[in-house]
Amino acid sequence: MGELETTTSPPRPARAPAPGKKRDDGRPPGQNERGADGRRGTGLRVVGTSLPKVDAVAKVTGRTRFADDLFLPRMLHCRMLRATTPHADIVSIDTSEAEALPGVHGVLTGKDLPTPYGILPVSQDEHALCLDKVRFIGDPVAAVAAIDEETAWEACRRIRVEYRELEPVASIEDALDAEDPRIHLYGDGHNVHKAVALEFGDVQAALSDSDLIQEDVFFYEGNTHLPMEQHAALADWTPDGKLTLWTSSQTPHYVHRALAQVLEMPPARIRVIATPNGGGFGGKSDPFNHEIVVAELARRTGRPVKICLTREEVFYCHRGRHPVLMWVKTGFRKDGSVTGMHFRSFLDGGAYGSYGVASTYYTGALQTVTYPVPAYRFEGLRAFTNKPPCGPKRGHGTPQPRFALEVHLDKAAEKLGLDPAEIRLAHLVEPGSVTANYLKIGSMGLAQCIHKVVEGSRWKERFRKLPYGRGLGLACGSYITGAGLPIYWNNMPHSGVQLKLDRGGGVTVFCGSTEIGQGSDSVLAYVVAEVLGIDPFEIEIVTADTSLTPVDLGSYSSRVTIMTGNAALQAAERARELLVQAVAEKWDVPGVRVAFAEGRVFDVEDPERSIPFAEAVVVAESKFGTIGTVGSYTPPRSPGRYRGAGVGPSPAYSYSAAVAEVTVDPETGETKVDEVWIAHDIGRAINPIVAIGQVEGSVYMGLGEALMEEMTYRGNRNVVHHHPSMLEYKSPTTHEMCPIHTYLIEDPDPNGPFGAKEVGQGPLLPVPPAIANAVYDAVGARVDEVPITPQKIMKALARKAKGEAAREGPARVPDFAWPDPLVVPPPWAGGDGRAIGDERAIGKGGVREVTRENQP
Amino acid sequence: MNGESRAFLAPVHKTLLEVLREDLGLTGTKHGCELGECGTCTVLVDGRPVLSCLALPAALEGREITTVEGLEGPGGLHPLQQAFAELGAAQCGYCTPGFLLVARALLDADPDPDRETIVEALGGNLCRCTGYLKIYEAVELAAARMRGENVEPARETLYGEG
Repeated sequence: MGELETTTSPPRPARAPAPGKKRDDGRPPGQNERGADGRRGTGLRVVGTSLPKVDAVAKVTGRTRFADDLFLPRMLHCRMLRATTPHADIVSIDTSEAEALPGVHGVLTGKDLPTPYGILPVSQDEHALCLDKVRFIGDPVAAVAAIDEETAWEACRRIRVEYRELEPVASIEDALDAEDPRIHLYGDGHNVHKAVALEFGDVQAALSDSDLIQEDVFFYEGNTHLPMEQHAALADWTPDGKLTLWTSSQTPHYVHRALAQVLEMPPARIRVIATPNGGGFGGKSDPFNHEIVVAELARRTGRPVKICLTREEVFYCHRGRHPVLMWVKTGFRKDGSVTGMHFRSFLDGGAYGSYGVASTYYTGALQTVTYPVPAYRFEGLRAFTNKPPCGPKRGHGTPQPRFALEVHLDKAAEKLGLDPAEIRLAHLVEPGSVTANYLKIGSMGLAQCIHKVVEGSRWKERFRKLPYGRGLGLACGSYITGAGLPIYWNNMPHSGVQLKLDRGGGVTVFCGSTEIGQGSDSVLAYVVAEVLGIDPFEIEIVTADTSLTPVDLGSYSSRVTIMTGNAALQAAERARELLVQAVAEKWDVPGVRVAFAEGRVFDVEDPERSIPFAEAVVVAESKFGTIGTVGSYTPPRSPGRYRGAGVGPSPAYSYSAAVAEVTVDPETGETKVDEVWIAHDIGRAINPIVAIGQVEGSVYMGLGEALMEEMTYRGNRNVVHHHPSMLEYKSPTTHEMCPIHTYLIEDPDPNGPFGAKEVGQGPLLPVPPAIANAVYDAVGARVDEVPITPQKIMKALARKAKGEAAREGPARVPDFAWPDPLVVPPPWAGGDGRAIGDERAIGKGGVREVTRENQP
Repeated sequence: MNGESRAFLAPVHKTLLEVLREDLGLTGTKHGCELGECGTCTVLVDGRPVLSCLALPAALEGREITTVEGLEGPGGLHPLQQAFAELGAAQCGYCTPGFLLVARALLDADPDPDRETIVEALGGNLCRCTGYLKIYEAVELAAARMRGENVEPARETLYGEG
């Protein structure tokens, strides 16, 4: 069908419907009374208005081209043979029978692609196909390109692999046991991938100066993204030695770098186009085996090669939520303020590094950005196990500790006789402050959030007052608006935008950002439309194409709106400046009188004098030549100078508060979430209805993780996934979903475009702990782990009936010889962000020497 | 096939889903599991929702198949498509074709469904992005407009609660 040669990106809607109100009702341009929260007259026309997304028409008509919708002439199909045993050396691989099968055009094994790779520079431990050993059931061992999928399957079945089985490592405890064979030969000890220890201030002294010491153990089970679209990729090789890869990826820039590395090709000869993701959630933000394999097969066969993973294979790709065992000990004063906190986390990382080093640091980074923690100690370790590798899933390493913290705080509040809402309202971090671990807070609207959900849920009248079986729970959360540091050390911008202004009035925005359903294409259009006073649906958006668009690091860590938005803002303002100069000269008026709105350029002191936007471009092009501008964004430097300081900094932090109402059946332990009230401090909603969609999607995903989702494996070390299927892996359907009351709190942040902060991940964080606290309010049972299944509630209730503590959850954490902590005096103890005695700390001066250790 | 008769030759074991996407070029129908577990591949057969990944074309000769490509009319978007676009009920858009067709069948049978009926009708379609609420509101908005009511989305839908 070859429809590819012209389309560089999915077809744009010719003319989107114009259901949103146009400003033709006579009001002077720039009046926008209908912002969220009814705020008045922000002077914005597009930003703050609930318009459709620019790709809405393509998505509701089935026109959007996802990766598996692409077909090329003479295209071959690829299937991969995957390990059927969790931990084994590869003794031999015989592909002769497969190669002889008619219709087979290419067979690859590990030796064909020996160069290792991995998303983080500090853990390049993956191979496109296993080289010498397999590390989990599903680990790719060989790949076949054939005339059709059936032939490729059949060829895979004829590949003979001889394994020498090794003892599988199935759990964190197994990993800490020195007898088991090592999964990798690198890391911080036997099967410990990473071990970190950091201390900010004297926690021992703080704890001894407390009215209450609260100590708890929690477990957050792993779960997976389960995007509706399975991963798919199509590679094309042309005889002039150029490779094009279409792939469902959140990070085309990183895939581009990995391909250049493994295929040993100049990046300029590789073009990676990230097709719109049918859901990502962090599951498509690593460079993947199948992407490298189809690229190599295309190179060898000289023909296009496509792969689409089966649903089962998506479970083996994983890179989802790390199971995390956590211990926390916190000192409180009578008024509920924290004196000091000691937090330990144990991550079950799975078979490969992925983002794991960053995930480990994240489990200890954001404890300090919500409630003041004067003295803080964090120890965290990530274990290797023979399971599909874990990585970033919505919230990346912070929903687990947030669950622990918010339930821990609920318990302390009860002991101190304080209302859970009051204890939080009384002790919130100050906007603009720096935390013990040197994270710089920007705007902080959490108090407003708590008030909204307390009021909306009639918390004061109903908390601890509902009949047995019904309960309310409250929790808060805070999240980064983009990782402050790049994944590989460099001083270049994190996002770049190029604008092309056409003499016909058309504007095209080029940016490397990737649309994964969160609305990133639309944000670019709204920002540029606001600055240039034109209709966002007349702007052409070209994204996620490493040959056509300037680098954007990708759709992860909630960075897209703030970083691409600021880059687009700069490019648009530079373009407007050119138009202002040209038109001001033509009208012989000072530039300050030239304004833009409604697709026209006019003189503010004589509104009758106005010309169409297109004419303004003609005037500017006549004066300056072709009009094209660029904008870019680099986050501000963070105050932290210690090893590990690279994880947690962000240009801004979002805040959320949630109240969940549940009904628990004490006979069966079944929990139904009846209603959720959630308020999110977003700074400014670029498009309120799109932001609300992110909040509702986050609540949905948090509800699923709280009650039912789990990546579990068969016991006693035969590490077979329990349910790698859409049906058996439980996720909420329409029946489990509850009504949600969403409040967007707008307290614009100086670092965000128009004040905007993130909304894609933060609202998930308070939901699981709010549900856990609500279950306790309903039936007096504490389940200190997720998912909070009926069985666990029944166990807790059974203990309660016997007069024991009504709790189900982990009893203890394993012993581990933690490294001596890096001691970093907090700002209020005279610290300068550096660790005592760590010469390798980051030097002062302009160049940001980010040591390899602290990649986000 | 969306009002036109189409002929094609395919192995008997090829599913309707595969034939639609690979032989007829109608890539609007998507797959999430190819095991009948997620609802993403739903099409209409004689107006009734069917999982195309479990249906064999050999058994459907002469039947009226409707896919997402068949929802649009010469006048433009179907009211459901318009409402889904307006309310952000399509985030990544991958599950959207399945939801649109199930909703179309629902409204054909019940022009004024209450929320519970919508929840029941859409219970077989999974979505990971939206949390379903904007989908319900889009179905309700489209239903009202199809009944001839001149209705706009509620303020809370567009801007959240006060």
